[in-house]
Amino acid sequence: MRNPLSKKIVEIEPSGIRKFFDLVSEMKDAISLGVGEPDFDTPWRIREEGIYSLEKGRTFYTSNAGLQELRVEICKYLDRKIHVKYNPGTEALVTVGGSEAIDVALRCMLDPGDEVLIPQPSYVSYLPCAVMADGVPVVIPLQHENEFKLTVEELERYTSPKTKVLIMPFPNNPTGSIMTKEELEPVAEFIKEHDLYVLSDEIYSELTYNAAHVSIASLPGMRERTIVINGFSKGFAMTGWRLGYCCGPEAIIEQMIKLHQFAIMCAPTNSQYAAIQGLKNCDEEVQEMRKSYNQRRRFLMHEFSRMGLECFEPFGAFYVFPSIQEFNMTSEEFANRLLQEEKVAVVPGTAFGACGEGFLRISYAYSLENLKEALERIGRFIQRLRNER
Amino acid sequence: MDGLRSEILKYLEKNSRVDLAELGVLMGVDEVTVANEIADMEKKKIICGYHTLIDWDKAGVEAVTALIEVKVTPQRNQGFDRIAERIYNYEEVRSVYLISGGYDLLVTLEGKTLKEVSHFVSERLSTIQDVVSTATYFILKKYKDHGTIMVRGREEERILVTP
Repeated sequence: MRNPLSKKIVEIEPSGIRKFFDLVSEMKDAISLGVGEPDFDTPWRIREEGIYSLEKGRTFYTSNAGLQELRVEICKYLDRKIHVKYNPGTEALVTVGGSEAIDVALRCMLDPGDEVLIPQPSYVSYLPCAVMADGVPVVIPLQHENEFKLTVEELERYTSPKTKVLIMPFPNNPTGSIMTKEELEPVAEFIKEHDLYVLSDEIYSELTYNAAHVSIASLPGMRERTIVINGFSKGFAMTGWRLGYCCGPEAIIEQMIKLHQFAIMCAPTNSQYAAIQGLKNCDEEVQEMRKSYNQRRRFLMHEFSRMGLECFEPFGAFYVFPSIQEFNMTSEEFANRLLQEEKVAVVPGTAFGACGEGFLRISYAYSLENLKEALERIGRFIQRLRNER
Repeated sequence: MDGLRSEILKYLEKNSRVDLAELGVLMGVDEVTVANEIADMEKKKIICGYHTLIDWDKAGVEAVTALIEVKVTPQRNQGFDRIAERIYNYEEVRSVYLISGGYDLLVTLEGKTLKEVSHFVSERLSTIQDVVSTATYFILKKYKDHGTIMVRGREEERILVTP
């Protein structure tokens, strides 16, 4: 019998998180700090709207690009938040989560051999999506001393004449790092100079703690070279609703709608109706969640400094990325031992790229009680490691 | 009100037992600042007390809560305040609100038995001069109280590790 599988697909490495997930699942009563989704329920106003739309029998396909009313609200929201205006009729697409938008955008923009710059550590799907789109992923290992922000020097080093797209993963999963307007400006200049396009994954844009999120699309001359990807999963606590969106130049969005139509048809109708409510009426709920995350973030930073664990202060998403380099072990060894000995699950930094070696991703999408217990165990564990030496 | 004060109040409203050092960490200021803010708000009666929300049913203690609508004739120069005072001074009265709409005061009352509550209404409340009428409703079940849902616990349903 012939091999039923495509070589390209088989050669893609499975997510490093998978292996760890299997380990954790076998461990009863482990405390997990490994989750990449909010602990809050979706605000009731949004859920209620979802229920109402079902009661009304709104169970049909929507237009491929998504409900017109939702696209209008998305564009208003982006104007309000990142100060970029998009035409809801031609420049917006509602997708099945931000992840579909990443996949479709890369497929629409890459020809075989085109290089995609992927700063790491970052979300696990950029690289495989680039490969599936026949692009050539080029990893930019971000540096701890820069707080894992992207610099022009790094861009210079990794850009070639074949480079076409840069992924901008900020606020960042797993490091929690954000980029300010001042830090984005030179990057934008470089992009224009080298005629690149940007895929700006802003799924955590609602979750910044020292200043409002700045989108690279809002910088002069960048709107026409940027696809902004966002969604409802993180800020609105709607992961399971599978709803994201992207906005960008009409020429790209038009092709994306075509692909999306063939592969997906449309995003879940029920989720779309619910999300309209979120954009219209949930500013306060979103803000309250952000405040809670911020309190927990401060708590974690305080605990780390108390136990002398090195960690730069991140101002975005709901992750901290402490360094474990002092213990002379790999992230994976550390995470495994922590799980075995203290039953706390954290994700090794290497799950987000090789340059995550020496770091852990710790999620604070957990109640404070939960975090306290986990941090006590981590404190005990590193004390033991220090005594061993 | 400034952001710090309102954030402290919102936190305390849900968890008044937090210790000051921890509250300082959560608010991103030092312990002394938090302590001063709270002391000042206590002095100004912005913070009026620290209470515990108890499910007496689960504690196995028999208790009856009643809501009583009270219609009164307001008094010259004193409006409703004088009558409200005569009602709220009773120990067993939990709250007294002046209400817009079909009646004037909403009183919540806690007693050990139905009999005790009805006794209070007929002997104490109805007999106050200027009380025109009362309507008493007994609470059968508390689903949510002080912003806390009383009837359900939640298990963690998220997958343990996700990217």
